[in-house]
Amino acid sequence: MAETTYIDAIRDALLEEMERLPTMIVLGEDIQEGGVFRVTDGMLDRFGPGRVLDTPLAESSIVGVSIGMATNGCVPVAEMQFADFAFPAFNQIISEAAKWRYRSNNGWGCPIVVRAPSGGGIRGALYHSQSIEAMLAHVPGLKVVAPATPYDAKGLLKAAIRDPDPVIYLEQKRAYRLLKGDVPAGDFTVSIGEAALRREGDDLTVISYGMTAYECLAAADELAADGISATVLDLRTLAPLDRDAILDAAKRTGKVLIVHEDNLTGGIGGEVAAIIAEHAFDFLDAPIRRLAGLDVPSMPYSAVMEAYFMPSREKIVTAMRELAAY
Amino acid sequence: MVRAKEPRPQVSAAAKLHRLMYRDMLRSRELSDRMFALNRQGRAAFAVTGQGHEAAQVGSAYAIKRGIDWVLPYYRDVGVMIALGMSPHEILLGLFAKADDPSSGGRQMPCHWSWPEARVVTRSSVIAANLPHAAGIAYASKLRGLKEVSIAYFGEGATSEGDFHEAVNFAAIHKLPVVFFCENNGYAISESQEKQMSVLHVADRAKGYDIDGQTVDGNDIVAVHQTAQWSIDECRRGRGPKLIEAKTYRLVPHTSSDDDRRYRTRAELDEWIKRDPIDRFRRRLLEEGTLTEDDDREWRADAKREVAEAVASAEQAPDPAPEDALRHVFGTQETA
Repeated sequence: MAETTYIDAIRDALLEEMERLPTMIVLGEDIQEGGVFRVTDGMLDRFGPGRVLDTPLAESSIVGVSIGMATNGCVPVAEMQFADFAFPAFNQIISEAAKWRYRSNNGWGCPIVVRAPSGGGIRGALYHSQSIEAMLAHVPGLKVVAPATPYDAKGLLKAAIRDPDPVIYLEQKRAYRLLKGDVPAGDFTVSIGEAALRREGDDLTVISYGMTAYECLAAADELAADGISATVLDLRTLAPLDRDAILDAAKRTGKVLIVHEDNLTGGIGGEVAAIIAEHAFDFLDAPIRRLAGLDVPSMPYSAVMEAYFMPSREKIVTAMRELAAY
Repeated sequence: MVRAKEPRPQVSAAAKLHRLMYRDMLRSRELSDRMFALNRQGRAAFAVTGQGHEAAQVGSAYAIKRGIDWVLPYYRDVGVMIALGMSPHEILLGLFAKADDPSSGGRQMPCHWSWPEARVVTRSSVIAANLPHAAGIAYASKLRGLKEVSIAYFGEGATSEGDFHEAVNFAAIHKLPVVFFCENNGYAISESQEKQMSVLHVADRAKGYDIDGQTVDGNDIVAVHQTAQWSIDECRRGRGPKLIEAKTYRLVPHTSSDDDRRYRTRAELDEWIKRDPIDRFRRRLLEEGTLTEDDDREWRADAKREVAEAVASAEQAPDPAPEDALRHVFGTQETA
């Protein structure tokens, strides 16, 4: 297997699916040029402007026309240039895509994928850094995934494209060129709705997803040297949550730390904590702890303020030590 | 298209069409009046209808190739659905939120149409949100080389929404086979047209997209039908998109929950009652000899009977099971 970057894994998934599905369309702003992150680099030459579609700068219609395309037999994969710019499309995502099947009593389906580069720590400031998963995971009818490895980036994107329902695919923009890993060259999928147990340990459990799952694993490696062994669960899919995997991981150690970059209040961590409190309370040896982005409107541009915002590896290590010692 | 002084066989085809359209106007009006009455009697929680819009709705719908063209009606389009062949019984199953409501199985408010067999695409209550869907469907038609046309219906208030602009702009850039059909009744609930736009005609907006825009007398069903037919034919020939504005008036409140006396004078309403599109078409057909007084009496009686029977059958149809509320959040089959 080849070492593949996270961004190449995403591109490979798109390329392979474009080859396989003659009615698949990738669309968004600057797509033909390769996109601002160059995810769709080289696709125009291979598939032409009809299927590699530069859209007007209008996010609501990027999702809206995708819904129409899917209704008429195409397989659209829409790109929001940044997750922050998905807000103008929220009505199409929440009022339309999420309710399409339900409101038509299964008369119509809405198999669209909305890709959105998510998260900060790249000096993206308020409007190129946000995490939008909690708002969307709250909406029944949507599936929300946030891959943390190149393998999952490819496998989850392929699964999203084949899924009969709208899938929000939150690619971690800081991971694009930072993360490398083994990714099989051929076809495979990662099932939506299944978390991945990344590491097994007995002293505490860390639950995370996306880029912070990577940081949590690194933190666990660091603590292992000090004799603290951690279980690390990567949720991978944020809607629907893998409740069994969450409960198994929590029960294993009785101490749970939940980490995400999205801000604390109303975040995925609250839902995960509630699942554990409801169904595994008797197994707990410490209060559930959450480490998350700051409850401020968004991530500041200043490097020092940005670093202060982030649930960094250092903060994760500290939180893990405190919880292990509880 | 119907031209003056055509040879006999074509005149008779036009007469046949006009008789069909007139019957569907009567059926749509009777059903709509009945739905409002059922609300007033406490038998239906809500009603939204389009009395006064029958010429715009039925006339345009008769230009649609059923099962080939894509239709995105809005909640006022009882006449469109009647013309496409949805029965009063089926429409009333929606009014009563019954299990077999073809649009939504009792989930949506009445008249939020969805009917896959006639390619009527599901819509929400959010105004103009279905217009990008029409553009996307038409993009797929073009990409796949299919000779289909999409027609999307909306009121003039919808043209204030960003999604109207985004959809028309997208369709214009790609020259897509979409007819944007505006039923301009002069009011978005209480707000008159002057509060929605500074242009006199919605069709004027077409210039901003370099597409063809036409204003038509929305109470003249023959004019509406001709305009819609021409526009759909043009789209099928790859010369879309088109924007049609049918100027009309709703003779009823916005919905059963609205009191239009708060924002419209009775004098204004009375003026438009004189221009009722059904009375107008009736006079024309009688003058032309296409319709007799006996036909008219018989068809009105037929419509009353059909709707009365449909009320009886639909009201007694089974409700959904409460736990049906849990169904169809997600599909089960891989699609791609």
